Amino acid sequence: MDKIVTKALSLFYGEKRILKEIDLKIPQNNITAIIGPSGCGKSSLLRCMNRLNDLIPESRIEGQILFDGKDLYAENTDVVEIRRRIGMVFQRPNPFPKSVYDNIAYGLRINGIKNKKKLSEIVEKSLKDSGLWEEVKHQLNTSAMELSGGQQQRLCIARALAIEPEVILMDEPCSALDPAGTFKIEELMIKLKQQYTIIIVTHNMQQAARVSDFTGFLYLGQLIEFGHTNQIFTIPEHKLTENYITGRFG
Amino acid sequence: MKLKRFEEAVGFGILGLSAITVLLILCIIVFDITKKGAGAISWQFLVDFPREGMTQGGIFPAIIGTIFVTFITALFSIPLGVSAAIYLSEYAKEGRFTRFIRVSIRNLAGVPSIVYGLFGVALFVEGLRFGTSVLSSGLTLGLLTLPWIIATSEEAFKTVPQSYREGALALGATKWQSIRSNVLPSAFPGILTGGILGLSRAAGETAPILFTGVAFYLPRLPDSVFDQFMALPYHLYILSTQHHAIEQVRPLAYGTALVLIALVFMVNLTAIILRYRYRKKFSM
Ligand SMILES: Nc1ncnc2c1ncn2[C@@H]1O[C@H](COP(=O)(O)OP(=O)(O)O)[C@@H](O)[C@H]1O
Ligand SMILES: [Mg+2]
Repeated sequence: MDKIVTKALSLFYGEKRILKEIDLKIPQNNITAIIGPSGCGKSSLLRCMNRLNDLIPESRIEGQILFDGKDLYAENTDVVEIRRRIGMVFQRPNPFPKSVYDNIAYGLRINGIKNKKKLSEIVEKSLKDSGLWEEVKHQLNTSAMELSGGQQQRLCIARALAIEPEVILMDEPCSALDPAGTFKIEELMIKLKQQYTIIIVTHNMQQAARVSDFTGFLYLGQLIEFGHTNQIFTIPEHKLTENYITGRFG
Repeated sequence: MKLKRFEEAVGFGILGLSAITVLLILCIIVFDITKKGAGAISWQFLVDFPREGMTQGGIFPAIIGTIFVTFITALFSIPLGVSAAIYLSEYAKEGRFTRFIRVSIRNLAGVPSIVYGLFGVALFVEGLRFGTSVLSSGLTLGLLTLPWIIATSEEAFKTVPQSYREGALALGATKWQSIRSNVLPSAFPGILTGGILGLSRAAGETAPILFTGVAFYLPRLPDSVFDQFMALPYHLYILSTQHHAIEQVRPLAYGTALVLIALVFMVNLTAIILRYRYRKKFSM
């Protein structure tokens, strides 16, 4: 089943066209990787899907994005609810300057969960799911800013998991991390796909090949090729894709 | 290469010298006032009313008056100023309208304080019939402080990383939730510093309170916000220029100045300590 479908999606920042008529089908409970040289519009594409581009005053889209078959940009769409159901992990870990506990409880509290016991349960579960529990269980009340970069990123993942979204968008989640931190997050993603639909932007080809089931290659705002990761990395249809994955540019 | 290094040394030298000059001026002022005013300071001076046509006694009502009026100023200008800053930095779309507001605010900040005083008379004393009172003076000082509060608060909001906002919104927070739980706390130290500096400047102003509520002499403390009051800067002004026996009350004038400065320093120090504590708590 396709969780998110884009139909002839174009994105404009003012007069500038960033994405050009993108047709994409994101299958449920899979990891889909979006690869492409930097500046090609990967982050912009991701931010269309949780409507974070709404924050950019000049931005505007054409075409459609369907989420569970419903138009994301329809008049009556509840943007806040959309963002609850489609979570996001950012390129640079962005924990809030609060305690580890409060970081994760944040999304729960704004969703009206006040019960202390319930909060603690979900915080613990989210930290366990993100593989951070053992490392932080004795410092839940220290500031999240004191964690290492990799821990912070897993905290941000835990924070996203806590409100049980259906989709998780990850924008180069490992680009600020060392190999050990990267490995942990890749492991985690593979585990999480049982439950979530994951879209990961990366410019690390090996990473896309390692973790993803499907891969889309984006170039200058156009989706050049999309297919099974195996196929994309072994027998790409397009010359451009081949050049990119063999490292001839990018 | 050598020339460059020389230039750099000279540059540093000039900058260092400027810093030292500023510090020196401050020290001289504080030293001079302390030297001349310390003799007048006593417990009695702080807790007694002026007596014998202000040649004896203390400045208690002026201290209380200044604190009281500054409190009103804070109550009025901080909520309003911070709200305006939230609107400007978080909600308003950049455009001709916001540019116009910003230019107006900057111009307001440049208006001489005596003009605020006259405006206060027209609006609060007469227009709203608050009379010459703590309330009228506090609101007038509030107007004077408002542009400063808005500007410093907006500055503080600008320094909050966009990722705090996006992080909250991406979790399904409404805009207001992200502002209240993420933006405001991060901007708080900046708002606090700006607010307190603004208030301590307001506390030292004479012109805006001159026609709106300050009294030459009152044998009692103000009993409500609609009462007149005495204030340190005005008392100082009277003692140093309007008194019939200026030479005789000179030490009292210096004593008053010393108390005013000490008060302002204390307030600023509180701001620094609060800010430091807050920073540490959130370790940003
Ligand atoms: N807020 C913005 N306003 C205008 N242009 C932007 C904005 N953000 C990104 N862009 C432009 O959009 C293009 C795609 O950027 P982005 O989606 O960040 O690429 P990627 O994530 O693939 O590196 C770039 O040319 C970038 O300059
Ligand atoms: Mg990017």
